[in-house]
Formats: sequence, structure tokens, C-alpha cells
Amino acid sequence: MITATATESPVNYLNHQSTVASWLLTKDHKRIGLMYMVVVTIAFIIGAFFAAIIRAELATPAGDLVSSDVYNRVFTMHGVAMVFFVLIPAVPAILGNFVLPLMLGAKDVAFPKLNLLSWYVFVLGLLFTLGAMVYGGVDTGWTFYPPYSTDGSNSNVLLAGMGVFITGFSSILTGLNFMVTIHRMRAPGLTWFRLPLFVWAVYSTALIMVLGTPVVAITVAMVAVERAFGLGFFDPRLGGDPVLFQHLFWFYSHPAVYIMILPPMGVISEVIACFSRKNVFGYSFVAFSSLAIAIFGFLVWAHHLFVAGISPYSAMVFSFLTYAVAIPSAVKTFNWTATLYRAAIWWKAPMAWVYGFMGLFLIGGLTGLFTAALGIDIHIHDTYFVVAHFHYIMVGGAIMGYFSGLHYWWPKMTGRMYHDGLAKLSALLVFVGFNMTFFPQFILGYLGMPRRYHEYPPEFQVLNLASTAGATVLGIGYLLPMIYLTYSFFKGPKAGANPWLATGLEWTTQSPPLPHNFIEQPIVTEGAYEYSKREIKVA
Amino acid sequence: MAVHADSHGHGHVHVHHPAHQHHFETMEQQAEAATLGMWLFLATEVMFFGGLLMAYLLYRVWYPQAWSEGSLELDIMLGGINTVVLIGSSLTMALAVRAAQTGQQRATVVFLILTMVLGLTFLVIKFFEYKHKFELHHVPGPNFQFEGPLAPQVEIFLSLYFALTGLHALHMIIGFGLMSVILWMAAKGRFSPQWYSPIELAGLYWHFVDIVWIFLFPLLYLVDRAHHFA
Repeated sequence: MITATATESPVNYLNHQSTVASWLLTKDHKRIGLMYMVVVTIAFIIGAFFAAIIRAELATPAGDLVSSDVYNRVFTMHGVAMVFFVLIPAVPAILGNFVLPLMLGAKDVAFPKLNLLSWYVFVLGLLFTLGAMVYGGVDTGWTFYPPYSTDGSNSNVLLAGMGVFITGFSSILTGLNFMVTIHRMRAPGLTWFRLPLFVWAVYSTALIMVLGTPVVAITVAMVAVERAFGLGFFDPRLGGDPVLFQHLFWFYSHPAVYIMILPPMGVISEVIACFSRKNVFGYSFVAFSSLAIAIFGFLVWAHHLFVAGISPYSAMVFSFLTYAVAIPSAVKTFNWTATLYRAAIWWKAPMAWVYGFMGLFLIGGLTGLFTAALGIDIHIHDTYFVVAHFHYIMVGGAIMGYFSGLHYWWPKMTGRMYHDGLAKLSALLVFVGFNMTFFPQFILGYLGMPRRYHEYPPEFQVLNLASTAGATVLGIGYLLPMIYLTYSFFKGPKAGANPWLATGLEWTTQSPPLPHNFIEQPIVTEGAYEYSKREIKVA
Repeated sequence: MAVHADSHGHGHVHVHHPAHQHHFETMEQQAEAATLGMWLFLATEVMFFGGLLMAYLLYRVWYPQAWSEGSLELDIMLGGINTVVLIGSSLTMALAVRAAQTGQQRATVVFLILTMVLGLTFLVIKFFEYKHKFELHHVPGPNFQFEGPLAPQVEIFLSLYFALTGLHALHMIIGFGLMSVILWMAAKGRFSPQWYSPIELAGLYWHFVDIVWIFLFPLLYLVDRAHHFA
């Protein structure tokens, strides 16, 4: 059972020191989590700004808003900002930093100074990328494919590449820190199978960060060196192989999709357990499915190369392995559904985002099977079908999961509640707006509209206009939380230590937590989701 | 889910070592965390070099003849001496860690200095190797010159040679800086049989950089020597 902190201390991690230096030099994982939130939100606004230009341009068939050259830069900067500076760090670096040590009953992550360094490295990488944007942007697409990136493009590939390279080290160091923290900092009695499923998800993510990110770092460095000195690593005219780049790039960048989606999956497990007041159905299967996704995720990269001229035999193997990833993903989805089955579901805002996640992730996952099929992939490759598919996973899945987690742990982070109705409304707006934006793109892609063009034949206009209109609704859906959460931060009603009556060590300390998390070292005596042993006092 | 109990009620008596960080319960936990962190870091390093080695593998399969020609351009004598020098430095490094673990401060300092001298020797020899390549215009780039029809492919070999050995040399330079700090700590008498994590971890790093060279030397210098000695 939970013994909530009897007396709340007026001193907490937010107010015990208030100078700017106390934030910029903090080693407190909770403050570092909030600092990531600020930077990632800025990157999100930048990425969203570029998305808005894309949708405005595509509202009409003619390329009339921006030139094709500017359009290339706009969609590249949208991709770079969103992938490397929003999706990859959002859940692990913000929510992971904040709740992981609390969930483990630890005072901090294993290496607090390294954690702060990771934030600075992240900001430095973002500054390089912003520099590339200010000096005219990059036009290669976020994938930096050579030989265009090494020879053809006259945009700021070097600067943006350095930004990605530097940010990679932030990701590596964070992953390393989390793995060591999970191995070595667990409270007495907190065995592996008593860990919250979020911890399993973060652990699997960290594994990818540690083993995958160095490969993309060296690959981007090779592109930079090739571009700067005219070497022939990837340029076919000099004897190099551009397909080698694609192999090396996707060896990281496909698993990177699991860096984006695994931590939100962990969030979903936490929220579903809490609001259905039940243990997660098949706990160990859900736990191991995270690891399985991380491991299988390393073996599927060449499905991005089906039309790049790889051998049909390797294409068949990679197609098969890609289907295999669907198994652990389906294990999660079915087990969440089984958890909800006949549960006394408590209908609160974090749950609204979970429902959104489940619907959108389902569509994103199933359309992934289309793209994994060798024959169909030839038809839909490089069309809007693929664009729609990965937005369903990355935005519909990852960002929905992030918002679910943000609404779930917000009372813990800030000590204050937000307006539940507004939060549900924004979840609804995002769900509706998202589907309006991206579902038409499945049809557009199936009809053959290629991605990355700034004009298109007039018969595609109706669907494109629907997509642009949906993006407006989506934008409002994302704007709302920024407003009511900011309001909540300053004026929201006090939340108390455990507003959701949740299990989990993070809810046993006060909100906002003490600077060193717990008054006494917690000792764990039972599994993560023993809701059945608890009094249900939900309103 | 949990009950609180005073960890000090379990009979643990903490003797506070000056290097003990507050967020660890015990010094053992702190040392274990640091060691695991270092091993994970080395795993990232393996993957980092792995990308370049993948490129090496592909082009070696594609251009075996150019690999043979390019490899013959490398100075096997200097490369061989450097291999011996680095293995020697690994020995002195291991002895330095051993000396720190057994509390022999003077021996620790001496072995660390030896390790640094050998590391520096390696870098100086490497510098002369690079200098020679530069004089021959064998540095890939706009000024690259090579006789024969395989020049473009040999240029890829030499690009990988410079990328791999350059990245390795960068690790040696970082290692040298690391050793300077460790030497300073050792000279100040910071290490004891109870606490020697930094020197042990620096040693792990040093051995890793050494092992990378053990792979690079045959891959780059010895690729196709057998034909030419037979």
C-alpha cells in the first residue's frame, strides 16, 4: 500500500533555489527534464512553423507560395527539427529524465554531471542546426542522401550535419546514463519484474541509443568529410557506393523510429494500468516485447532500400523480418486492450490521449505492413502513402503518447492540476485534426502523388485541401495545451502527492518532489501495478 | 506498492570517503555504476568504428587489387614498431592499475609516465608516417596523385586509412589528456586500495584504443603482404 508523505515540505525542487545559475548548473534530473522540455518545445514550434508552410504551399496545385528550391529547404528543416530535436528526445529526455529515478526510488540518475552535459550538447547541436536554417537552410531532405548531399547541394549540409552529429552524442550519453541507472540504482526490493513497464521501455530505448547512434554519427561525419575534401566514400563517380550510405544511415535511423515510439508505449502502459485500476495484462510479455522491438528493430533497416537496387534475396529477408516486428507491437496492443476489458475505467485527460494513441498507432502499424510488402512497396515508395504512414507512427503514436505522459505526470512535475475538460478537448482536436490531415495522404499516395514536390496535378487538390484544413485543426489542438498548461503552472489548483491514486514510487513523494526525491530510501515489496489491493476512491 | 524504511537501520555503516557522491548509497554501488558506464561507452565506440569498418569491408570486396596496391604504400616497419609500442603501453597501463590497487603510489606514477611516453612515441611515429604520405601526395583530396589505373580506388583505400588511423590517433590524443589528469591524481595520492575507479576506467579506455589498433594494423598494413613475401 501507499504511504503518502504525511507532512508536505514547503521546499521542493522548483523553489529551493531560484537563480538562473541554479538552473543552468543543476545536476538535478528533474530540473534537467524541465530544461529539455523548454528546448524541445522551441524545436517543436520551429518544426511546426515549417509544416505550416508545407501545408499552405500544398493548398493549391500550383507552386505559388514558395519556389521549389525554398520548398526543398522547408521540408528538410521540418524533418530535421522534428526527428532529431523533438521526436527522439521528447519522451526519454523530458519524461524519462523526470520520472525514471523517481520510479526506481533513486536520488538521481547514475551520472548527474553527464546528464547536464547531455543537455548542453543537445542545445549546442540545436544551435548548429538553427545556424544552418538562418544561413539559408538545407535542401537534401532529413536523410542527407549522397551523392546529392556530398556533391550536388549548395546548401548548408555541413552545418546541419554537424548539428545532427553533435546531438547524437547527447542521445548516446543519455542512453548510457539511463542503462546504468536502471542496472545499478534500483531501490531495495525493486527486482526487474517489479519495474514499471515505462522503465522497461526506456531501457530498450537506451539500448538502441547506445548501439545505433554512433553509427549514424560516423556516417554523417563521413558525408561531411567527403563534402569538405572531395573524398569518394559514397560518390559513385569516385568509385564509392551511395547505397552503402543508405545501409549505414538506416542502420540507425530505422531503429531510431523505435527510439521515438518505445518510450511512449511505456507511457501508455503506465496510464492504462492507472486509469483501468488493474495490473497490465501479461506484464512480462509487454516488458519483453519492448526488448524484442529493440532487437528486431536492428534487423530491418534495408526495407528502406527495396527500390535502391539491393538483391531480391536480401529484400525478401528484410521484408520477412519487418513483418516480425509486427508481432511484439501487436502483443502490446492486444495486451493493452485486454487490460481495458471489463475494467472500471476512470475517464480522465491522460486516458483521452491514450485512446488517441491506440487508434492512430493501430492505423500506422497496419499500413507499415503494406510498405513492408515487397510488391506493394514498389508502388507506394516515395509517395504520400509513406508520408502518411510514418506520421501516423511518429505524430499519432509518439506525440500522442508524449502528451498522455505529460498530462499524467504534470501534477507530479509542477504540483498543480490543469483543466481536465480543456485537456480532453485538445486530445479530441488533435485526434480529429490529425486524421483529417494525414488520412487523405494515404489516398493521395495510393493514387501516385510523390512526396517532396511543391506542385501537383489539379485532380489532387480536394484531398490536399482537406489535409491542409486538418492541419489547422491539428495546430489548434497543439496550441491549447501550451495555454492551459502554462496557466496551470502558475495558477492551477494544488494536486497533492497522488492525484490519480496511482501505484509507483514517483507518487509516494510529494508534488513537486523534494530536491533529493525521497525523505527516506523507499523499499519495494510488491509488483508495479497492484491496484487490486488498493481502495478505489475515484470520483 | 512500497513502504519506507530507514536505510541506516539495516546496519550499514557508511564511512564517508571524500570521493563518495551523495546519490549513491555505497562506494561499491558507485564503483559498479562507473565501471558499467565505461563498458557501455566502449560499446558505443565499437559501433562508432564499426561504421568505418563496414565501409572498409565493402570496398575491400569490391576492389581487392586496389587494396593490395594501397596497402603496399604503407610503411610496415613504422606500423610494426607502433604496434609493439602500443602493446608495451598496455602492459605499463595494466601495471599502473595494479600498482594503484595495491597502494604503491610511486610505482603507479612511474608506470603512468611510461604509458604516456609510449603513447607519445606512437603519435610521433604516426606523425612522420602522415608527413611522408603528405609529401608523396598520397593524402586523398584535390592534390591526390597516384600512378596506375587503380588510382581512384586506391584513393578510397587511403581515405579509409586516414579516417580509421586518424580517428584512432584522436582517441590516443584524448587518452593522453586523460592520462595527464590521472597522473596528477596519482601524484597527489588520491588513489588507494579502497578507491581507484578513475585509473581503472582510464585503463579500460587505453586498452580499448590499443585493441582498435590491433585490428587496424593487419587490416591496413598486412592486407595482401603474403603474396609479396612469397
